[in-house]
Amino acid sequence: MALPKYTEPHYRIWHYVYLFICTCVFFFLIAPLFVIFPLSFNAEEFLSFSDGMKRLDPDAFSLRWYKDMIYGTKNPWGLAAKNSFIIAIFATLGSVLLGTVAALGLSSRHMPYKGLVMATLISPMIVPLIISGVAIFFFMAKAGLAATHTGIVLAHIILGTPFVVITVTATLSGFDHSVTRAASSLGSDPVNTFMKITLPLILPGVISGGLFAFVTSFDEVVVVLFLAGLENTTIPIQMWTGLREQLSPTILAVATCLIILSTLILVTAELLRRRSERLRGINR
Amino acid sequence: MSSETQKILTTDGIPLEVSLKKAERKNKIKAFLLVAPLLLFLLITYVFPIGDMLMRSVDDKMVTNMLPKTFKAMESWDGKELPPEEVFEAFYFDYKLLVEKKTFGKLSTQLNYTKNGFKTILKKLQRKMKKFEDGNYKEQIMAVHPRWENVEYWRAIKRRAPAYTSQKYLKGIDMYKNEDGKIVDVPEDRQIHRILWLRTLEIAFFVTLLCFLMAYPIAHLLATLPMKYSNLLMICVLLPFWTSLLVRTASWMILLQQQGVVNDFFVFIGLVPDDARPEMMFNKTGTYVAMTQILLPFMVLPLYSVMKTISPSLMRAGKSLGGTPFVAFWKVYFPLTIPGIGAGCLLVFILAIGYYITPALVGGASGTLISNQIAFHMKSTLDWSFASAMGLMLLAGVLAIYWVYNKLVGIDNIKLG
Repeated sequence: MALPKYTEPHYRIWHYVYLFICTCVFFFLIAPLFVIFPLSFNAEEFLSFSDGMKRLDPDAFSLRWYKDMIYGTKNPWGLAAKNSFIIAIFATLGSVLLGTVAALGLSSRHMPYKGLVMATLISPMIVPLIISGVAIFFFMAKAGLAATHTGIVLAHIILGTPFVVITVTATLSGFDHSVTRAASSLGSDPVNTFMKITLPLILPGVISGGLFAFVTSFDEVVVVLFLAGLENTTIPIQMWTGLREQLSPTILAVATCLIILSTLILVTAELLRRRSERLRGINR
Repeated sequence: MSSETQKILTTDGIPLEVSLKKAERKNKIKAFLLVAPLLLFLLITYVFPIGDMLMRSVDDKMVTNMLPKTFKAMESWDGKELPPEEVFEAFYFDYKLLVEKKTFGKLSTQLNYTKNGFKTILKKLQRKMKKFEDGNYKEQIMAVHPRWENVEYWRAIKRRAPAYTSQKYLKGIDMYKNEDGKIVDVPEDRQIHRILWLRTLEIAFFVTLLCFLMAYPIAHLLATLPMKYSNLLMICVLLPFWTSLLVRTASWMILLQQQGVVNDFFVFIGLVPDDARPEMMFNKTGTYVAMTQILLPFMVLPLYSVMKTISPSLMRAGKSLGGTPFVAFWKVYFPLTIPGIGAGCLLVFILAIGYYITPALVGGASGTLISNQIAFHMKSTLDWSFASAMGLMLLAGVLAIYWVYNKLVGIDNIKLG
């Protein structure tokens, strides 16, 4: 953002102040994440930089906490990771299935009570998690699903569908409905039309909604805290317990892995968004 | 010609109007059937349970069901003097049944909530009751303990007669119904919930303000920079957005602890002496700093999406018409960003007001919010009806804000990423 040559000095100063403020804010946003990386390689049991680390002494760094994460005695992370992935995958599938179908109905101009239905469908996103947690717990306890994987998966479907509904309705808003009419007029049945015409076109929206649902489930802790038993522990639950009781560097090793995972998800989501924008650009 | 023949008919002889309506209805049903599975699922697993919370929060049937005969007999008692023999008799038989069913302990706990001192006298009554003779229960009960002669205790029982109560809601705002049935404040030194509500509002408000002040310049920068730079900087916003909440909270715990990086830095630049490092965690400061950073992306993204649509030529036009850059910004650019500001602020405020995890981890005692209190009652005291009442009060607040949001911005304008 170069300034024009004729800029007066005090605006020039103001411009640099503005850039300085922006730099500070970006630093504030991103820097905390990078503290975790070096500390997770700490050779000692402290959560601050040791003198050796400050001198960049190679002996001060080690993979000890990563080993502890994977091979540690009585370590809960293996089970937690397995549970987290199983729950997140099923919750994502459920959310995507229910959410996409509902979004198809919602974007139809024939849908009655659209506003009210939409508000109900996205309410789990608006209602504070703690309240959702209490309500879902009451239901699961009554249905006998508390402390089961099924219960947690269902709970995460509740929390994940709003994201799918929103992203898919957004994609459908730029959707040219004449292509489906063309398909029907050429003799395709509705299911075939959906699979061959609609789905490929809205796929970016579906996948990015699915990513949101996956992250929501994978990162969700409030509702799981109410629902999970010892068998259903997840990564967030373990982190929560760890952070509350004993802040050990193993948590930082796990956190580093999670940051890498979220970077991958971010890259996927960005690529999808750009692809979707490109596709819709062609449609226009 | 009659009007009948003027109607346009379809090929199979049905009037077009009817046929169209039929098709329309079919489409409506089709659209609704697509939404139905999710709607039904959410209604059963989510919306009705919230209704269930409402029932729980006002439900007070436990005592009502335990002393049915007593409350029936009490209907005609005015509560001024000791109740008549029938009430004592009914109470004796009710209590005897509870003793036989071994559930009288619950009654004494419940009545003790209403008035202290019930535990002892109910226990004593239970022991003495075995030797009771038929008839004249009033005297026999009163002989067990002098408190049974005190009309206050009978009034306390009568207060538990209604099947529904607003007591939990009153407790949530530090009020209660006193013995005359008037609603009064809890003594000042025992008020805890009002402080929590105010603190929740205060923290949500200031976090929103801080987020706005920090997000506005960077959203502006992102929207005005050429695409290749802004895409790179956007990662700084999106990476925290996609990163686990617990990871981000953990990093703040490491940064803010007394031997942490921030304190190290303060000591290094000589801001604070090494032996007097300030406490920045387990208090309000920690909550503010961590929540602001965590919620910042939710402010940046709506602002950015609005700013992106504002043409730079508008600012140029403002300047060329004689405005200084500041005037052009304030009169032209800023008003155009108001929808984004509204969306961002309300989103952050709604999220902040219900925050749980971060305050619980970095907030300590002085930085916890109303959500933490709800969780505490759900998990520790097991007073679920109170937790429900508090949750619903919070929900009412959020829905009110949401309603305003919908009026101002429209829910369809929620943008993700």
